[in-house]
Parts: sequence; C-alpha cells; structure tokens
Amino acid sequence: MIRTPLRPLARILSARQRGENPDAIERENIRLRHEQMRDAARQRAEGRLLVLGALFVVGFVTVGLRMAVLAASEPTEPRAAATGAAILAQRADIVDRNGRILATNLVTNSLYAQPPNMIDKERAARELARIFPDLDEKELLEKFNSKRKFLWIRRKISPEQQQQVHDIGDPGLLFGPREMRLYPNGRLAAHVLGGASFGREGVNAAEIVGVAGVEKEFDDFLRDPARGGEPLRLSLDLSVQAAAERVLAGGMKLMNAKAAASVLMDVETGEVISMVSLPDFDPNNRPPPPRSGLPSDSPLFNRAVQGVYELGSTFKTLTIAQAIDEGLVTPDTMVDTTGPLRWGKFRIKDFKDYGPQLSVTDVVVKSSNLGTARIAQQIGAERQRAFLTRLGLLQPTTVELAEADSVKPLVPDNWSELSTMTIAYGHGIAVSPLHLAAAYASVVNGGTLVRPTLLKRDRAQKGPRVVSRETSLAMRSILRQVVVRGTARFGEVEGYRVGGKTGTADKPKERGGGYYEDKVISTFASVFPADNPRYVLIVTLDEPEETSGIKPRRTAGWTAVPVAAEMIRRVAPLLGLRPEIEMAEVDRVTLTSN
Amino acid sequence: MTEMVYGTLPQRDGEPILPRWWRTVDKTTMICVFILFGIGLLLGLAASPPLAERNDLDAFFYVRRQALFGALALVAMVLTSMMSPRLVRRLGVIGFLVALVAMALLPFFGTDFGKGAVRWYSLGFGSFQPSEFLKPGFIIVAAWLLAASQEINAPPGRGYSLAITMVVVGLLAIQPDFGQAVLILFAWGVMYFVSGASISLLLGLAGGTLVLGTVAYRTSEHFAKRIDGYLSGEIDPRTQLGYATNAIREGGFFGVGVGEGQVKWSLPDAHTDFIIAVAAEEYGLVLVLFIIALFVIITVRSLMRLMRERDPFIRLAGTGLACIFAIQALINTGVAVRLLPAKGMTLPFVSYGGSSLIAGGITVGMLLAFTRSRPQGEIGDILLRRRY
Repeated sequence: MIRTPLRPLARILSARQRGENPDAIERENIRLRHEQMRDAARQRAEGRLLVLGALFVVGFVTVGLRMAVLAASEPTEPRAAATGAAILAQRADIVDRNGRILATNLVTNSLYAQPPNMIDKERAARELARIFPDLDEKELLEKFNSKRKFLWIRRKISPEQQQQVHDIGDPGLLFGPREMRLYPNGRLAAHVLGGASFGREGVNAAEIVGVAGVEKEFDDFLRDPARGGEPLRLSLDLSVQAAAERVLAGGMKLMNAKAAASVLMDVETGEVISMVSLPDFDPNNRPPPPRSGLPSDSPLFNRAVQGVYELGSTFKTLTIAQAIDEGLVTPDTMVDTTGPLRWGKFRIKDFKDYGPQLSVTDVVVKSSNLGTARIAQQIGAERQRAFLTRLGLLQPTTVELAEADSVKPLVPDNWSELSTMTIAYGHGIAVSPLHLAAAYASVVNGGTLVRPTLLKRDRAQKGPRVVSRETSLAMRSILRQVVVRGTARFGEVEGYRVGGKTGTADKPKERGGGYYEDKVISTFASVFPADNPRYVLIVTLDEPEETSGIKPRRTAGWTAVPVAAEMIRRVAPLLGLRPEIEMAEVDRVTLTSN
Repeated sequence: MTEMVYGTLPQRDGEPILPRWWRTVDKTTMICVFILFGIGLLLGLAASPPLAERNDLDAFFYVRRQALFGALALVAMVLTSMMSPRLVRRLGVIGFLVALVAMALLPFFGTDFGKGAVRWYSLGFGSFQPSEFLKPGFIIVAAWLLAASQEINAPPGRGYSLAITMVVVGLLAIQPDFGQAVLILFAWGVMYFVSGASISLLLGLAGGTLVLGTVAYRTSEHFAKRIDGYLSGEIDPRTQLGYATNAIREGGFFGVGVGEGQVKWSLPDAHTDFIIAVAAEEYGLVLVLFIIALFVIITVRSLMRLMRERDPFIRLAGTGLACIFAIQALINTGVAVRLLPAKGMTLPFVSYGGSSLIAGGITVGMLLAFTRSRPQGEIGDILLRRRY
C-alpha cells in the first residue's frame, strides 16, 4: 500500500510533542481531501451529464426531424409497371437425361391496384369480380375506397385474365411481372422435383425458392447467376418415369394397396432412371404439410427415399451373396431346413415345410427362412454388420434429395445372434427401397459398390469391391432361377430374362409393439436381363390384397411381382433393351440365295 | 412504567416503505414507461398478427404473450425501484455473474433458432436471451468499480472494469451479436466519461473504435453487407429498409388508419426491430413523435436527477442505465429512418420480445431506484460551510 505523505507536517510534529495521536489528524486530513475530490468529481460529472443529455436530445430531435421529412415526402412505391425492370430471380430449368423439360419458369403477371389513381372504382370492382369469380365486389370496393394507396389483387394471373383486366382500362389497375415455377408434366416425378414457392416479393419481381426435393437440394445451384441459366440435368428418363407411374398406379389399384413405390436404377452408374411414390401430388400446387395423422401417410412423403420398411426376404439375396463370397457355402451346398428353429422364446419357421434339406440355390428360390437363418449363424453378427455397412445399408443414402440426409435405416441397438438370423431374411432391419436398389445393383453388377444418384452420369461408378465377380455371377443365376421356378414365376417377361427376389413382410404396428397379421409390405427386387444385368427395379406395395382367389393373397409373388413384370414389359423397350427370344426354330430355316 | 410492563410498541425507524417509495420515486418517468408499454401493446395488435399467421397461431397470440411479459416486466420494474441502492448493487452483481456464466455456456447449450447467431436458450414455452439480462448487471458492476477507483488509495477499478468489458464484448462477438457488444462498449464509455475520463484518452478511444470497425468491415461479410447497404445512397425497395422507409412515407402525418397498414405483411421483423415503421404507417408522424418525446423525457429527467446525486456509484450506475436505455431507442429509430446502418435493436418496452421486455423492466427499475430523491447532504453543506 502506498502511503500518502503526511501533509500538515507542522501540526503533526507539534501534536507529537504534546504526546497526542497524530493518526486522528491524518485521518481528518484524508477525509477533507476526499471530500474535496468528490466535489470536484461531482462538478465535472454535472457538466458531462449535461453534455450527454444535450447529445441525446440532439439525436432524438434529428431522428424526429428525419421522420417528419420522410412523412412529408411522397411514397415511391409502386412505380409504374412500364419501367420493365429485369427480373433478377432467374431460376435454371430442370431437365431429364435426354434434355426434356421437367421444371421451367413461366413469365406471368401479378395484379395490383393504386386506388388514388382509379377513375371509376365501382366499375372496376364490378368488372374485376366478373373476371375473377372468387373476388367479392363489395369487399373490393370497400378496399378501393379506403385510404390505402396500394393493394395486391392477384399474385398470378393468366394472359387471358390480363387482357380482360387491361380492357377495363382503369389507370389504377397495374401489372407487375412475375416469374412462376411451372412443372409442365404435372404430377410426374413430383417427389423428385419437390416444389418451389415465392420467397421475398416486390412489385417488380419475386424470388422463387425451392421447398423440397431437388429444387431444395440444388436451390443455390439453380439460382446461381454465374451459371447463365444452364439447366440441371437429372438422371430420370421422362418417358420411363411416365410409364412406371402409370403401371404402378394401375397395379396399386388392382392389388388394393394403400400405397406403392418403385425405383429403377442403372446397375453400373447408379443413376435413378425412375422413382415413383404413390399417392403423389402436383408440385405446381404443392399441398401444405398435413396437420394430423402420420406424416408418412401424406402424399408429400417420398416412400422410395423417406420410407424405411422391413423389406423381408429380399434380404436373403444379400445374406447368400455374403455366404458364397466368404466361401462358407457354394450354390449347391445342402442346408438343413428342418423346423421350427427355436431361439429362446422366438421361433423361426418357413411359409410351408420344404423338407429336411435344400441346396443354397433352393433356399433362395423357395425362400426358406430356416435355411437362411442357419447360414447367417455361420456368418455371425460381426461380419454381417460389416457387409451391410459396406453395401451402404446402415447409413443414409447420398442421393441428391433434400429429404434423404435425415433418413437413417433402423437397425437393432443390440446386434445379437437372434438379430443376425432375422436380419438375414429381412426382419429387424428397415431400409428404404432406394437403399435396397443400390445394394442389389452392387451385388449383381459384378460386385462393385454403386451409390444412387439423381444426376446424369456418363461413366460406370467403379466403386470399391463388395463381392467377387464369381459371387456376382452366381447370384445372377440364383436370382434368375427364382423367377424361372421359384416364388416369382409371375415375374417372367419374355425376352428380358428377369431375375429377382420376392419379399413379404408383416407390417409393424404404428403404436405399441408387434406386427399386424393381415397387413404386409410386399416387395419384388428384380434385375434384368439376369445374365448381364443393366437395371435393378424395386417395386413395393403397401398393404396389397390380391382377391381373385378364394382367400385374399398377400404374398409378393401374387402382388408385387406381376406389377413389376408389367413395368419391365413396358419400360424395357423404352430403355433401348432388345428382347432376346430364344429361337429354337431358327436353325431349321435354310437361307438360300440364287 | 407502562413500557416496562407491556414492552415498547414495535416501532419502525423512518417512514413505511410504500409511502416513502411513492414520495421519492420519479413518477413522471414511471408513467412514461407505462405509456410506452401501452403503445407497444397497441402496435402489437397491428404488427404481430401476420407473424402469428405465418406460424399458424391464433391472430393475437403474440399480443397476449406481450401483455403477459409486459405485466411481469412492470412488476419487476416496480419491485426493483423499491430497493435501496445497496441492495440493487448486490443483486446486480449476482445477476451479472449468473448472466455471464449463462452466456459463456451458450455455445454448448444455446440455440440459434435458425437465425445464424447463437443467442438464446430454448426453454420449451419460450426462449431466454442472457445478453439482455447481462446489460443491467454489467452496468452495476462497472459503475461500482469505476466509483471505487475514485477513493484515495483505491484499487485500479478502471482497469478492472475495462477488462470485464472486454470479456463481455468478446463473448458477445463470438455469438455473434455486434449490436449488444456496441451497447456494452457504449455504456462503459459513457460511465467512464462521466467518471472523469481525460479528453485526450476519449479521442484515442474514438480512434480505436474506428480502427476496430474497419477491421470488422474487412473481415466479417455479415458486417460489411450491412454497412454497404447503409453507404449506398439509394434504397432497394425490396429490402427491409426500403419497406420501412416507404411505410413512413405512406403514413404521412396522421397515418393510413388503424389496421390498414401494409408494411407488417412484408417485413419479417415488423413486430421487433421495425415496430416504429408500423407505428409510422398506421398512426402517422404524430404517434412517432409522441414515442420519441417519451424517450426524451425519460432520458433527460433521469440525467437531470442524477446531476444532483452525490454518491459516485449511484451517479455512474444511473448514467449507464439511462444511456443504454436511450441509445437503444435512438438506434432503433435511427435505423428505421436510415440515419444509422441496419442493426437489429429492439425498441425498449414497445418491441415484442420476452427477454428484452423483462430485462428492460429491470433496467428501468434500477434506474428508478437510483433516481429516487434522497438527502444529498445539502444540510451538511450549510451547517459545516464546507470549503471548496
């Protein structure tokens, strides 16, 4: 502590001589100095507070004056529409793989009024109510007669309506240029495209922003002025998409299904050629998100990407592929299929008894849960999990849709031996149809991983290897036999050598545990042509019921398979595949020439 | 004898609390605050239904919330104004420490509500912005330190208070919330100025601020965009500022009429940062000038009362509180008329916002507690005839 010097030294010295305590004098002295300091500080503060107060008054007065000046000046908006300011919010088109338009912009107009400039308000209101029947004449007139200087009448009007409004001839009715997003194909590929809406809005322009699908995923890209309006080219094929949607809609109706989804994918490039989810919606008039019920029942829900389902026996293909690849079995190895297989409280059984033994090929062909579960026991949880991870079945897909990033497959928390066995035949794991399409493509294309994409690619992906070439060849042959003599016999399409695997899974209850007894998700995962696969097609029906027989039939072989076959019959020619008819008779024809 | 038998009557020293409070508190300021809050509700009726509609809520949902928070804020104000300066100081310091910790933990537990700056805690039924509550606490702490440094053999309170200021500003800058950071700096600057800063040092500080501003302009895109928007002479009519300017013009002197305004439909912040534009459009210049006059009255009256104050802590803390209140109003209105660059700042008591309302109530309550008339030693002056 720094001691301040004892100022009144003379007094202190004399006090000491008198034997008094000098501290009292010192304290008194400090007190006086302190008081003096405080007074000085107070006086200074008084002056400075005055300055502060004056500054604030000046500031507030300035703001007030500026307000007054603004209030006294005329509003600048809206300017006459004739200024023709260029719309900056140019949004690039979206086209399919062949350059056909999927989404474009349409120049249209908005209609607004400046009541102070109107000549005959009654007539204008009457005429407007005639042109736009949903406008109320009285209400309009009321608005025109209020003190408002500006009001919107319509956000978008058609050219005919514009001409009619023009014919009213009232200078107070004005048009502002608008660009609106148009999906000329209506509902086609609605879930892929998503939709767009107006963002910021002014008299001369309005911003268009993507709200879902690729419109949202590529929002910045589409709006980037540096790209000069170059269109975004998707991998979809417009005609294939149209055919797929029609077939699937028909199939859904025929099979009394609640909903349906399909994915058609190129096995080499991973390009999604068509993606359908029904029910669908019209992106030109995108409905608002549902307020009640499950979001997954809304038409906005993309079942092919957002919906994760237990896809049942279609997973057997993957289990067997791994077992063959690891060298545990060959297609001809005999597997024990005596049942039921008890595991604690849990019993695994087959759809019907297939006898004591089946070859590995027949396990798939007849779709034996017991055989698959026993093979999975040999594989083990660790290896199974690693294999499914490598196939991309345990992570969200990287497909270019705004919704895809958040769709995580459902897997058991505790990957027990029982889980291993049920996952082997597609229960206890839920993935989206798009996941399954990519996994099938990777297995049958020669064994290299493909990731699904919605953008056009020119080259095969050549991803890391997931199974050997030999395994891939063996799987092609097994899948082909499923169609030739197995559960998917309705899947045969002459000339296209379809291969595939069916899957029928009981639907889990939305609330509480357990499964419905009479509601299934039936799936057919197909590849064609099976001897040299080019495309994978997944068709999934939600709660189908085929009712031509005595009892309703729900298995995939009766529901999803015929729909998929019809789809292949329709789209294969569009994809440029030639049917190869095995012409046994050809040899007998002798070509002669003279 | 009676006392010996029955004990003395319980005796309170001094006047009872409520009458004394009523006698000494600055009633004019308090009434001005009540009027401001009433105007806020009135404008909320006009400005918040579009927001409620966007969020699919009942049209007057935000008005009811505003009324609820406003009532809480007014109660907080009255209660705070009843406290003694010493109690205010204690609570203020505690509040400052709590708010500081809350703010330091924001990066871990806070949320940005999709607005790009982590400033809030989400509490389910509402949100909580610690920086709003930090401001009054900070002023108390800084004023205490600055006042303490004026004693003989005093601790270096100026240095300490500057260090605390820098910590707070740093925390605000990482949110980022440059608006509040500027407010904190301003509050400290004002208190330092009143506590007797040398003029050359103040000029140096002004220079430093200029340099810092330039650095921020060069490095922060967010910041640069705001300034560029301000410096470019013409207004794009599609920006918030463009809408606000047009709203003021539309309103003219007497407004377009209750509920007839358009600007609230196009401005996303019509109920908070641009509430003055809504006022100008619907009620015209008259109401705007009235609001400004209320703020001037509150500010000037408080500063005048503080000029008489002899206790350095009360004087400094009161100055800081009055100035931070006034500068918020000044910045908010200044932005709306394009005298200042666009900066989100609420108009105290008028704008919608729970945290801001309650913190505003506490701020003004503290100010009222400090500006209560109390003996200032005038009698001592006369009796002792002190020398100057």
